[in-house]
This record gives sequence, C-alpha cells and structure tokens, in this order.
Amino acid sequence: MDIKVLGTGCAKCKKLEQLTRTAVSELGIEATIEKVEDIYKIMQFGVMNTPALVVDGKVVMSGRLPGDKELKELLS
Amino acid sequence: MVKEMREKVIALNRKTNGWLLPLLMLPVWVLLYMNLQNIADLIIDDVVGMTAGKHLTETLRFFIFEVPKVMLLLVLIIFGVGIIRSYFSTEKTRKMLQGKSLLTGNVMSALLGIVTPFCSCSAIPLFLGFVEAGIPIGVTFSFLIAAPMVNEVALVLLVGLFGWKVALIYVATGLTIAILSGWLIGKLKMEKYVADWVYNVKANAEGVEEERLSFSDRIQKGFDSVREIVGKIWIYIIIGIAVGAGAHGYVPEDFLGSLLGKENWYGVPLAILMGVPMYSNAAGIIPIVSVLIEKGVSLGTALAFMMSVIALSLPEIIILKKVLKWQLIAAFVGIVAAGIVIVGFIFNYVM
Repeated sequence: MDIKVLGTGCAKCKKLEQLTRTAVSELGIEATIEKVEDIYKIMQFGVMNTPALVVDGKVVMSGRLPGDKELKELLS
Repeated sequence: MVKEMREKVIALNRKTNGWLLPLLMLPVWVLLYMNLQNIADLIIDDVVGMTAGKHLTETLRFFIFEVPKVMLLLVLIIFGVGIIRSYFSTEKTRKMLQGKSLLTGNVMSALLGIVTPFCSCSAIPLFLGFVEAGIPIGVTFSFLIAAPMVNEVALVLLVGLFGWKVALIYVATGLTIAILSGWLIGKLKMEKYVADWVYNVKANAEGVEEERLSFSDRIQKGFDSVREIVGKIWIYIIIGIAVGAGAHGYVPEDFLGSLLGKENWYGVPLAILMGVPMYSNAAGIIPIVSVLIEKGVSLGTALAFMMSVIALSLPEIIILKKVLKWQLIAAFVGIVAAGIVIVGFIFNYVM
C-alpha cells in the first residue's frame, strides 16, 4: 500500500504522520509512508485543506485529524 | 450497572439520530448559566468565607463568575457552529464563488469566510485552489480576511465581555473591511503580482470527493469541534480573564487613557502599529482588550488594535510571501490597515 501524508508542516500535519505510522504498524500492513511537504505537489492532489491523507493515489481525508478507529478504517 | 446504563443511553441516543444527548444537556446548560452569579457568590462567601467588598475577594469573584460564563457560551456556540460548518466545505465554497462578478463575489466570499471551516495553516493551499478555479484574487482576499477575523470564538468572547452591541459592531465592520478591501484589490488588477509558478500548478480539478454525512454524524462533528477548539483555547481564556480580573482593581483607572484615549488622534494608528507584529487568535486577544477598555482606551482604538492583531500579522505575511509578490502583499496590508484606521476613527468620534 502506498500512503502519503500531505501537509506543509503545521502541527496537525506532523501529528497525522505520526498517527499514520502508529496505525500502520498496529495493523501490521505492508505500506510505504511518505510525507509530502512541497506545496506544488500537494496542489496536484487537489487538496485545499491540510493535513490530508492519500492512499494509493486517492485522497481519502482532508482538513482534519481522524480518530484512531476512523484512521484504521481508512487504511485497511 | 453503570456500564449497562451507559450502553442503554448510547443505544437510545442512536435511535433518536443523535438528538437525545444534546437535548438532555441543554436544560443543564441553561440552569448552570442562569445561576452562575449565585454559584460564584456561594463559593466566595460561604465555602471559602472571604470578606465581601475587599479587593482580593471581588477580583476572585469576577474570575470565578467570568471563566465558566465564557466557557459555557463557547461550548454552546461552537457546538452549533460545528454542525452548521459540516454543511460547508472549501470545495463547495469554491464552486459557489466561481464565475461571480466582482462585488457580489466579494460579499459572498466574506460571508462564506465565516461558515467555511478554515485554519490559517491552510491559507496557501486554499489560495492556490481558488486561483486555480479562476476565482479573482480580490474575491479570494475577501475570504482570507474575513475567515480568521469574523468567527464564532470572537463573537462569543465579545458578547460575553462587552455585550451584543459591540459584538455586532465588530462583525459588521469586520465584514465591511473584508468586502471592500477585496473589492479594491480586485479593482487594482493585481493578478500579475501573484508568484509566477502559481499559474503553472495544474491541480486535479476533480478535487476531493464529498463526504456523505448523516445527521448524527453532524452532531458528532459538533462535539468534535467543541473538543478541538475549546481544548486549544481554554488556557488563553483563563489567562486572559485572570489578567483582566487582576487589572480590574490593581491598575489605576484611566492609566492608558492619556495615551490611547479618545482625545488623541494618533491613538488608532499607534494601536495598529503595535498590533501588526503581534500575532494572536481572537481567544487570546479579546480578554486583554477588555482590560484596555476598562483602563481608559477608547472603544474605536481598542477595536482597531484587536483587528490588526487578528487580521494582519507578520507570520501570515511571511507565509503569503511564498505565493505573492511584495507589491500585492503591500497592497493587502495597506488596504486592510487603512480600513481598520477608518473603523477606529468612526467609533472614536461617533460613540
């Protein structure tokens, strides 16, 4: 699975990356996690609210921090 | 036993589509709110047993009354606004603003700035997303000025500490500044002062898919936003009110009056010059402004100070520098500052 965390470096964006890493290791799934901070690249996903979560090239959530349960559903 | 009850309430709450819990909590809220003065008096006079009329006693009484009052108002309003916000999204707002003519676009954009969920850390992606969709920069600026300045937290604090009249004046003048500043920036045709690379971004026009929400999801969003916003700002409010309560009696009245009172024409520009380098959200600045007013600063000057702290700030300007050339930033700061000066003068001379 290919996971990207989009965010320019605000506190919430860092938090989302950390939450995602924890969730992935807890779920025990094979995934590459990449933090995208370049605003140019972020825009190409059509996202206007950071942080956002991209799974296999698709934006699944944007503009907020999901709860633990929701995050795991999004990832599995 | 307790666990069983809990499960029953949760099940019942689900059956009523999430309505039950807020409905049960409302009377508790009203009861608490109506009795705040009594509770504060009870704690101060009977439980702690302090002598009424003394300086420290009245300072504590003010604090114990004021903090829960503002907190209760915040919880109620943020919950309501959280539900309203769930009907709006940046994507929808962008669609609504597309193809609107200049003035209509500015008015709509400033109004949408109030209800659309917005975080200043997303200002850049939002700006790019709007430009990408062909929304004129003047209209985009109306949004970017109104969104942080006129919001539910500012409204609650103003109502709680100054009353309805000042709150309405603030909202009306804040919106007017957002609308007219955006309109003027649009008239100046400053599109060429947007950083060149912005126009090369080929954003995925489809954007993000709309989330489908049931009404109980929306109520949940109301609770979520209460937790998120109150969790973030409660400490500022307590500190602000503590400073307010402390200054209530200990700083001589009219202490600031000679410098920033009505008589001094330079009070308003001076307040703005002090306000721009400072950065705070509405939660941090409003309790302090209430102290300023008490100590002799006139209403117009205090409003100008508050608006310049919230709407214009160095960190924001530095962020905007990534996407705007300095000419446009200068125009933005200059126009908004001029608007705030005018508001300040009007209130100093009319009221």
